Amino acid sequence: MTRTRSYIDRNLDPDEDYRAAASSKTTSSGGGGGSGGAAMRVIVPLQGIVQGRGGLVLGSVIPCALFYFLRLYLKRHRSGPSKTPPPSPSSSSDQLTDVSTGVLQRSLSRAYLSPRGSAAPAHVSSRAASVLKDGDSPYFVGLKRFQEDPYDELANPNGIIQLGYAENKLCLDLVREWALANGRHAILGDELSISWLTTYKPFDGLMKLKLVVAEFMSQITEGSASFDPSQLVLTAGSSTAIEMLTFCLSDPGNAFLVPTPYYPGFDGDVKWRSGVEIIPVPCRSADNFSLSVNALDRAFYQAKKRGVRVRGIILSNPSNPVGTLLKRETLYDLLDFVSEKNIHLVCNEIFAGSSHGDEEFVSVAEAVKSEDCDRSRVHMVYGLSDDMCLTGFNIGVIYSSNNNVLAASKKLSRFTSISTLTQQLLISMLSDASFVQNFIRVNQKRLQKMYGEFVAGLKKLGIKCTKSTGGFCCWADMSGLIRSYNEKGEMELWGKLLNIGKINVTPGSCCQCIEPGWFRFCFSTLSEDDVPVVMERIRKVSESCKSLG
Amino acid sequence: MRLIVPLQGVVQGRGGLLMGSLIPCTLFYFLQLYLKRHRSPKPPSAPLSPYPSPSPNLSELPRSASRSNLSSRGSISPARISNRASSIARPNSSLYYVGLDRSLEDPYDRLDNPEGIIQLGLSENTLCLDLIDEWMSENLNSSLSEGDGDEFGLARLATYQPFDGLMELKVAMAGFMSQIVGDRVSFDPSQMVITSGATPAVEMLCFCLADQGNAFLVPTPYYPGFDRDMIWRTGVELIPVHCRSTDNFTPSITALDQAFNQAKKRGIRVRGILICNPSNPVGNILLRETLYSLLDFAREKNIHIISDEIYAGSIHGNEEFVSMAEILGEEDTDKERVHIVYGLSKDLSVSGFRVGCIYSFNENILAASKRLARFCSVSSLTQRLLVSLLSDSRFITRYLETNRRRIREVYDMFVGGLRQLGVKWAEGSAGFYCWVDMSGLIRSYSEKGELELFDKLLNVAKINMTPGSACHCIEPGWFRCCFATLTPEDIPIVMERIRRIADR
Repeated sequence: MTRTRSYIDRNLDPDEDYRAAASSKTTSSGGGGGSGGAAMRVIVPLQGIVQGRGGLVLGSVIPCALFYFLRLYLKRHRSGPSKTPPPSPSSSSDQLTDVSTGVLQRSLSRAYLSPRGSAAPAHVSSRAASVLKDGDSPYFVGLKRFQEDPYDELANPNGIIQLGYAENKLCLDLVREWALANGRHAILGDELSISWLTTYKPFDGLMKLKLVVAEFMSQITEGSASFDPSQLVLTAGSSTAIEMLTFCLSDPGNAFLVPTPYYPGFDGDVKWRSGVEIIPVPCRSADNFSLSVNALDRAFYQAKKRGVRVRGIILSNPSNPVGTLLKRETLYDLLDFVSEKNIHLVCNEIFAGSSHGDEEFVSVAEAVKSEDCDRSRVHMVYGLSDDMCLTGFNIGVIYSSNNNVLAASKKLSRFTSISTLTQQLLISMLSDASFVQNFIRVNQKRLQKMYGEFVAGLKKLGIKCTKSTGGFCCWADMSGLIRSYNEKGEMELWGKLLNIGKINVTPGSCCQCIEPGWFRFCFSTLSEDDVPVVMERIRKVSESCKSLG
Repeated sequence: MRLIVPLQGVVQGRGGLLMGSLIPCTLFYFLQLYLKRHRSPKPPSAPLSPYPSPSPNLSELPRSASRSNLSSRGSISPARISNRASSIARPNSSLYYVGLDRSLEDPYDRLDNPEGIIQLGLSENTLCLDLIDEWMSENLNSSLSEGDGDEFGLARLATYQPFDGLMELKVAMAGFMSQIVGDRVSFDPSQMVITSGATPAVEMLCFCLADQGNAFLVPTPYYPGFDRDMIWRTGVELIPVHCRSTDNFTPSITALDQAFNQAKKRGIRVRGILICNPSNPVGNILLRETLYSLLDFAREKNIHIISDEIYAGSIHGNEEFVSMAEILGEEDTDKERVHIVYGLSKDLSVSGFRVGCIYSFNENILAASKRLARFCSVSSLTQRLLVSLLSDSRFITRYLETNRRRIREVYDMFVGGLRQLGVKWAEGSAGFYCWVDMSGLIRSYSEKGELELFDKLLNVAKINMTPGSACHCIEPGWFRCCFATLTPEDIPIVMERIRRIADR
């Protein structure tokens, strides 16, 4: 620009009037059109002023530059744009309207109008507003309803039965036995005093715990993968591990490809605070919801066309909600795909130790070993909540070979570190090799049994499930019971199951499943006596559906 | 010399002038739009090379879009991490961390390593660990049992618990907080969200109150950790509002107002004020009047106040601590702009347990925080233990008294030593810190002189203090000394080491 300016100064006969006329060209126009005989010649503005050979170029550049700076000026002086639109006021929830008014009423000038006792409500950030909005999804509504009215065989036989939360209660007795046997030793370990526990410790976890967790993880993969404790970061739960990886791998506005149906919690983990988008990659029942690289490729290019940068793939293996395992070949294909596109792979393996079928579980850590791919783009998330029946303890693990990701995660773990007390207890528990071995074995056996019973019960009702071999969930096709084959029909059925059947399940739409009528049942929270009760309740609902339809 | 617009020849007639101007501008606009959409986002900071690779040039080469098609297998371009993570992954440059790292490598021990570095930079209280230890050894098992005998209640704890904390813990915590402020105000457990430490509590509030690019006003000197807690992931800016030694480092409304207006001029939206009361690092307590005027200021500007009151129970002076919750009247409509952060790490010396909380009067903030608590929940085992600990009112009363007495003793000894050396300090009455004015010992009255002294203290005298510049203090020569990790025997050694520097 400065070059142009000096050029003008040199070439222009310094008449100020012309300049003034030039700058006011957009607002007030001087004379009429100078069409004349110059019928089809290209004429640029200011050509009269900037005469000579450079006139054509300069005459075009100057207005454009002025326009550009005008826009720049406007952009800079505009108040900060709110990235997400305020939640729609049409929504019914009270909470939601509060938020939207909070966003709407606030104006910058307001603060000056009323210096005292301003009526303007305190502002809530737009990201908090979207968190509030997301919380109204059926997934959260169902969990809340359950908490208000939980089923109890004796105390509240008409309460809601929880089948919507992936939690394992089948082996709590083993945990209890172990705790009883070890008592005080369980927490103190070999230490004589507890005071060393109360002071600050590294936020990313005690080294001792990392050692036993790494050992435990390789035990789960039956020794086919080994884990380096120095590449572990321990966090307060696997949700936060996924969130942290999202932070480390992507910037706001980037995206991750996530094969659907996916775990409903991903939406919160990935989107809420990181400002990252999820691009669902639909899988279909015809393929038993298995992942195809073609679909990933298509989604990748579509995102690229939209100008969205894809930073990676997030997936669960064993899959939640479907419960299938990724085959070794699929894993290799995935690794090739991420190398080819130069993106990351985040593999959530929190159910690795809870496979209950006869299929072999292949961890991504194992696949990386045998494939000559770049390990720095593969990250694993693990947790002890599910495989060890320790939901309340909230222990998550990040395993990565990328030094930068590890360095950043270790620093970020200050926001989500685990109490030393809990860590010490887990060190004792996981060091007890015979207990761990027995636990894994018994847990798998019980899961298998419960899964068998549950699926058989559904089958009797004429409801089919996909064949699953891992995790706590059963993915059932109830499309026969929905009145209209769309999301609305599915939500109707969900509402009936919750209100009439008094069971809380997760509808497929929460998992972004594109085919309506699928539901996720988490069977591992049930006792064996509960299964007939659940089946009876489903039967009641299905009969009411059939009689209507 | 008539005004001529482009395409006037093409678009003839009366509309020609207007159309002729509009069309090129529109074209230009769309060109820009097109470029913007198809340009790959430019990284604001150079990406870190993931390896200490021998050819750094190669790893920093931008990946071209065509690249991925060329090499379908084993692409050379390294996996890239996000810009925000690269800035976090960089080695710590702040002197606060340099000092901490150095003292971790070579810690002082009276017997094993008498020449090691004495740690005065860590904010921790080890004066009353013996009391906690005693309680734990007596009550550990019974506190975790299910109450009906000798059964260890681990199994019950292992199941799903609400992420925002057990109600029992909230009740106990609210009781504890009320006790600390002398029961002049009672805290409502339903307005509380439990987090894994005060650090995530501050971050979470920051997420909920401000969007990316917004700012908070923070009176200086402030706790160096805020620069990470508030900024790293939230993308929020902290605007330091300088307080001076002549006012004993209390925030002035004029300075706040000035900073607010300057930010506004820059086009930055200020969302709130972050105060630490009792102050870290200075150790002073905000007066009731100051709190009122802060609240008035927040109301006038329609912004929030985050009050970090993590040292509320560690008062060692004669001044009375006034919580922000206390000055809010019953029907005060501005309650919803006040948010309090508290934690047990400091007042109960259980920093390893990682328990903090948000106490807010704003329904929306509470609802959002409860949902976000899934990212920083506290293990139920720890919660259960703390419920028992906090409910043992005899122990708590004794603990609080003993803790205050011991802090006062060490503080008095510490400032006594400073007095003998002729070093001044800012009068404090709370917390674990002594805010020491060493400007007499620095060679040039500037940040450079301060850093020189810091270096000398660390490497020659072997004591790690936090320099004022790490706390954004505008006056050079101030240092933060955490005395609550010292034993009475250590203090003469510290003073002797400072004297050695002073004599040089």
